[in-house]
Amino acid sequence: MDLTSIQAWAIFFAFLTFALYITIAIRTRVNTTAGFYVAEQGIPPVANGAAIAADWMSAASFISMAGLISFLGFDGAIYLIGWTGGYVLLALLLAPYLRKFGKYTVPDFVGDRYSEAARTVAVVAAVFVSFTYVAGQMRGVGIVFSRFVGVSITAGVIIGMGVVLFYAVIGGMKGITWTQVAQYSVLIVAYLIPAWAIAGTVADIPVPQVSFGTIAQELNGLQQDFGLNEYTEPFTNRPMQDVFLVALTLMIGTAGLPHIIVRFYTTPSVRAARYSAGWALLFIAILYTTAPAVAVFAKTNLLNDIAGQQYSARPDWVRNWEETGLMAFDDTNDNGVIDSITPDAASTPGEMTVSPDIIVLANPEIAGLPAPVVGLVAAGGLAAALSTASGLLLVIGSAIGHDLYFKRFRPEATEKQRLVAGRLAIAGAVVVAGYFGVRPPGFVGQVVAFAFGLAAASFFPVIVLGIFWKRTNATGAVAGLISGLGFTALYMWATLYGGMEPWFDISPEGIGTIGAIINFGVTYFVSRATEPPPAEIQALIEEVRHPRLGETGQTIRLPESETQRA
Amino acid sequence: MAQSGVQKDARRSEGYWRANVKVQTSLLIVWAVVGLVLAVLLAKPLNNIVFGGFPLGFWIAQQGSIMVFVILIFIYARRMDRVDEEYDVHEEGLGSARKRLERRPGSSSSGDGGGR
Repeated sequence: MDLTSIQAWAIFFAFLTFALYITIAIRTRVNTTAGFYVAEQGIPPVANGAAIAADWMSAASFISMAGLISFLGFDGAIYLIGWTGGYVLLALLLAPYLRKFGKYTVPDFVGDRYSEAARTVAVVAAVFVSFTYVAGQMRGVGIVFSRFVGVSITAGVIIGMGVVLFYAVIGGMKGITWTQVAQYSVLIVAYLIPAWAIAGTVADIPVPQVSFGTIAQELNGLQQDFGLNEYTEPFTNRPMQDVFLVALTLMIGTAGLPHIIVRFYTTPSVRAARYSAGWALLFIAILYTTAPAVAVFAKTNLLNDIAGQQYSARPDWVRNWEETGLMAFDDTNDNGVIDSITPDAASTPGEMTVSPDIIVLANPEIAGLPAPVVGLVAAGGLAAALSTASGLLLVIGSAIGHDLYFKRFRPEATEKQRLVAGRLAIAGAVVVAGYFGVRPPGFVGQVVAFAFGLAAASFFPVIVLGIFWKRTNATGAVAGLISGLGFTALYMWATLYGGMEPWFDISPEGIGTIGAIINFGVTYFVSRATEPPPAEIQALIEEVRHPRLGETGQTIRLPESETQRA
Repeated sequence: MAQSGVQKDARRSEGYWRANVKVQTSLLIVWAVVGLVLAVLLAKPLNNIVFGGFPLGFWIAQQGSIMVFVILIFIYARRMDRVDEEYDVHEEGLGSARKRLERRPGSSSSGDGGGR
């Protein structure tokens, strides 16, 4: 395939989609804090669902997940169950109540329900979790640009920064939400077209979800011929208890990530918040049920194409990807044949290193699809990375512009000043995120995987108990937060850097569940041993629990103190 | 047996919350059974059964559980619509506005103590 025609198509689609995002941003620009932080609470459930789906599915979901699954086989289910099951927890235990609470941020809830100290802890946790996540997104934009457009990673990051800066700063949550609706459409089309095309070439039925079962069984045989475990055999990469705990940690962590939680503030009603969780998961499921099929097709093609073949006779797409360093061959036994494949030669020995990241990006080339399809995949990867980045940047911006500047230091600020603070905070966050994208700190790659454990051990228990158990008080919540977060972070550090043997084979990715249990337990016992929360807090909980109950008997409203300050 | 409005409100709101937790508990049990018990703990034995070309344990872990999660959320939203109306804590506007308009006369008594 001609590389320059791929480049031309990638540039064409990138330009077209960027122009679309910017047009949407200009048409949805806002000039109130309610518009900037919660889109004037006017996003209908289906649109909000699509926006959440784009917010959620990052460069990692789009580019890396299918590749990771193809090397993990059955055990790749941790990502599939973990990153979807969390939405059930979100929809049932958090979304409707936070919508009824009806303010702007997660620290808003923690601060109003508990104390100012708890608010500050929540701000720090929200900023930390979001920054570790966003650095990877900016890097993802850079990688897609460098591979498909042929510019340097740095130039790619800067172009991405410029686009996000523009639409996040002028449009705030409203601009970001409607842009994400467009980005969801781009990324899902870009994911499905190659997946269906490949399904059509390898199976009788072109529906990936239906046809990959038989291919997976063929792959089982192929893997065995090649000295690997059967693909569909459970627990070959991780022991059962670890698969269980990692899946559960990812679920709880999903329900504790601030950039997802805040999306339920933007619906017109409690009812709409419940339905938008359903639409969000439906839209996510379209990609998440396709990914394991893509994983099976790609692994089968990969083994058929290169396994056991002469290295000198390798196909062209291998040569292209070797140039990027994402594939590399090391003929350890000097026989000129590709005897084994590994995702990472440093941890698992193998002659041909295939980075999981290229499975989705190289798939259309491996299957011999035409250049426009490859260009579209590039635009899809950019949409996935940009949409997640903008949602995270809004969380960081609101934590600084709203929770810190307005709530902590300048409660007398006017609406206009608050809006300027919000815009400046986002602009600052974009610059910092861009810097991390160009020069990723060594810890980022690892921390992203652990952000879920930290979110599971911190936000989720504090918010759920705050709604479901009236007796929870500030002392209990802060003690729970610190012990849950502290335990989880310490275990991760000790097993990764401190040389500690994992307990009961529990990997650092799976420890968040235990951290969450500790948080729940400590919060419970400390709250029991101290004073119950004051009457006005108990009244707040009553109000949050009922879709229509409150001083005015009205629910579709913004808190007056927030809207009439200007 | 005359009750003050405040007591009646408190009773009604407690009943609503109990109904809400009941809906959640039943759905979360399904969530845990499918997403953790069938998809992980019982995956090995279930893999011996073939379902539509898939080993069943593998299919539940990589396809079926996701579909069940989507359905659970929509069931939750639908059931809560009913519970909200039953206890008269539903919101104005959006969807059920027309229904409410139809039964506006006498609406003060229609929702009270519903479900008991």
